[in-house]
Amino acid sequence: MMIRSAMVSLKCPVCGGEVQVDDNALPGEIVEHDCGAQLEVYSDHGRLSLRLAEQIGEDWGE
Amino acid sequence: MILGVSYDLLRWEERNLIDEAKKAGNKVIPLFTKDLTFLSSEDAGYQDMEAVIQRNTSHSRASATSMLFETYGFKVFNDSLTLNRCENKLLTTFLLRSRGVAVPRTAIAFSRERALEIAGKLGYPVVIKPIEGSWGRMVARAQDEDTLRSLIEYQEFTTLQYKTIFYIQEYVNKPDRDIRIFVIGDEAPVGIYRENPKNWKTNTALGAIAKPLKIDEELRELALKVKEVIGGFFLGIDIFEDKERGYLVGEVNGVPEYKNTVRVNQFNVSGFLLNKLTEVIKK
Repeated sequence: MMIRSAMVSLKCPVCGGEVQVDDNALPGEIVEHDCGAQLEVYSDHGRLSLRLAEQIGEDWGE
Repeated sequence: MILGVSYDLLRWEERNLIDEAKKAGNKVIPLFTKDLTFLSSEDAGYQDMEAVIQRNTSHSRASATSMLFETYGFKVFNDSLTLNRCENKLLTTFLLRSRGVAVPRTAIAFSRERALEIAGKLGYPVVIKPIEGSWGRMVARAQDEDTLRSLIEYQEFTTLQYKTIFYIQEYVNKPDRDIRIFVIGDEAPVGIYRENPKNWKTNTALGAIAKPLKIDEELRELALKVKEVIGGFFLGIDIFEDKERGYLVGEVNGVPEYKNTVRVNQFNVSGFLLNKLTEVIKK
């Protein structure tokens, strides 16, 4: 199991509230915020950031 | 091994694969598709990368990135040809039948009139499926011609790429379950029954319960035969059990999910896949 040592505090792009994210989170990880928003971790020029997650597309699947 | 993982959504499978690869001493390069660009006049970078595992959720991103990495000389698992054969149900079904693999009776038509005509020949109920699609999305059962006509009309007014090609299949009267068996490299080591007494669609995405699969020799041979026809390295094969005809291959998945398979079988799919991949790379 991966040991997650620290958290970083990011801003929710929907409500502006604080979101705690593991500092080893990878781009593409989905975080659910208390405000109900589904957020996607992405790398903004090397810094972890959050944006609204993409909705399920018609070509998504296995 | 220096391993790229190509993905657009970090689900349990991708995180587990990355963690297991690191645990086994591999260097992992996460290739988040939405952050990638390719310039024809430049190298792709990642010169030391020995293999790429394809894990994109979007079929178009999976196919495109497999193809692009291949053109830059990387070994990609699954490769773009395999992915296209899996994603396109018409191709999957008719390739399998051409090589003698038992599939449900399936009709393809290119107009509403011919679709209704051939569905009558199959006999109702029938199942209509989009040529490309997953998780049981837009798969519908028509009990009679009137319902099928409506479903065809709905398909015609979608934005689907293959909206004017009709893939119509006999309804296989299976038990309340189907089989998902995995091929990893040259083995078929694990699988699940997907049970749903409340819905004839047995996708786990639609609430089916996963139970451990007992793999008999016939099933193992069938899975490896499918791999021989479709190609690839890591496949999730969906199989129906028909009372008279035995096993019928429904679909083949080129980027299969396996969280439930790991959970109910206590089988480390990521670890097994990584070991097999190491064997292939060293050859």
